[in-house]
Amino acid sequence: METIFFTIVAAVTVLSGIMVVTCRNPINSALSLILTFFCIATLYVTLDAPFMAAVQVLVYAGAIMVLIVFVIMLLNIRSEVGRRYTHAGIIGTVVGFLMLVLTFNFLNNSSLTGAKGLITTDVINKIGHTELIARSMFTDFLLPFEITSILLLVAIIGAVILSKKKI
Amino acid sequence: MGFELFGLPMIYYIAMIVKVLVVFVFVLLTVAYATYAERKIIGHMQVRLGPMRTGWHGLLQPIADGIKLFFKEEIVPSQSDKFAFLLAPIIALIPAFIGFAVIPFGDTIEVMGYKIPLQIAAFYDTAAGKVVDLNVGVLYILALASVGVYGIVLAGWASNSKYSLLGGLRSSAQMISYELAAGLAIISVFMMSESLSLQKIVADQAGFGWYAFKQPLAFILFFICSIAEINRTPFDLPEAETELVSGFCTEYSSMKYAMFFMAEYANMVTVCAVTTTLFLGGWHGPGFLPGWVWFIAKVYFLIFVCMWIRATYPRYRYDQLMRLGWKVFLPLTLLNIVVTGLIAR
Repeated sequence: METIFFTIVAAVTVLSGIMVVTCRNPINSALSLILTFFCIATLYVTLDAPFMAAVQVLVYAGAIMVLIVFVIMLLNIRSEVGRRYTHAGIIGTVVGFLMLVLTFNFLNNSSLTGAKGLITTDVINKIGHTELIARSMFTDFLLPFEITSILLLVAIIGAVILSKKKI
Repeated sequence: MGFELFGLPMIYYIAMIVKVLVVFVFVLLTVAYATYAERKIIGHMQVRLGPMRTGWHGLLQPIADGIKLFFKEEIVPSQSDKFAFLLAPIIALIPAFIGFAVIPFGDTIEVMGYKIPLQIAAFYDTAAGKVVDLNVGVLYILALASVGVYGIVLAGWASNSKYSLLGGLRSSAQMISYELAAGLAIISVFMMSESLSLQKIVADQAGFGWYAFKQPLAFILFFICSIAEINRTPFDLPEAETELVSGFCTEYSSMKYAMFFMAEYANMVTVCAVTTTLFLGGWHGPGFLPGWVWFIAKVYFLIFVCMWIRATYPRYRYDQLMRLGWKVFLPLTLLNIVVTGLIAR
């Protein structure tokens, strides 16, 4: 049952991912990307990570993609449909090939032992996914968390300064 | 009923389908009669009678409207993006309806020895002896609300009309702004209940321990932000008739227009149901009536309040709306979180 479900969702994920780069109309690309995010959220659900799924939809599909769609609509890129970027194709092929090599290298290496870590499905079901994330975020990873918040604050201030004509 | 499917008794699946059907039909009926109630209530508030001709006191008006919209000519603008134009009403309608999956609308009932919780996305775990529901229910609703924006944005863009585009842009900016404040307002509820599961949040409010009393500021802010998020008066800027014809749905006609209309009212019902669940004790109430009656009564009261607000307040100006969202509501919700963190426990 789960394997069938995974196969369907994974196929849609890959297909919509391909659609993102092949669609000529930027809006259709953006819509495909939203579909990809949804499929990834579905995969998170099957991995017993509902919090990740909800946040994936909330942040990526709901907030970031709205801004991207917004920009596409405002710029009205329709007129540029049909122009070809041959350089991007070459660079993309090289990067894609390198990624493929890396992936095979990773899979063939013996670093994947198959041993289970501390956080198993039982632990997630017992304590709760959200609680586990919160616990590690506010204990083990407190410093990176705070640094990220300061980084975001700096970005916000920068955005305000850049967009204001007169301060 | 000994038959099992994927390790769960058959009645589990039957109960699920029955719950989905009952809730869906009930919400559809509520949506249809909300349009009638709105016209009636606003009519009486403005010393008019509202619809009177179709049926007794106009009771058949929603059905007549539905049939009329169904038989209207379907117009697709020739310069529009056909696919997105078709997709937009669907994207607007679906999130508005599936939000109900996680809302608990009554106590657990017993059918043929099986305990069935009155919540679609939940089942009774006999081994643990408790109801298991989606443990991020609130985030699910917030996520759906954020997806609903696409319907409006796409409708505005695909119509290839300046009024539609302006309406769509306005609305998406408005929804993103108020989504943030609404999300922050309910964080104080999570802090009190220590859970994201709606079952747990409702259980915490038993015996009039409603979060509306414990978190009055969060309650008011969340309700106002929700009204703004679903584009209702006084925040219905996207369809301000005097400036934008009818905003993002200017080019829509027939059933596609009706779908936007239904989405708007379904959103209103969802928002009222969520507010009831988070702040007004969900289905809890004095014991002489079953839980689902209390739930429906509270939701209908909030819907009435929405219509009352519409009849009372004039529309905001766009800059006023943005200022209110970012400079008043957002700091207030942040302050509320800090105060809750200091006082609660």
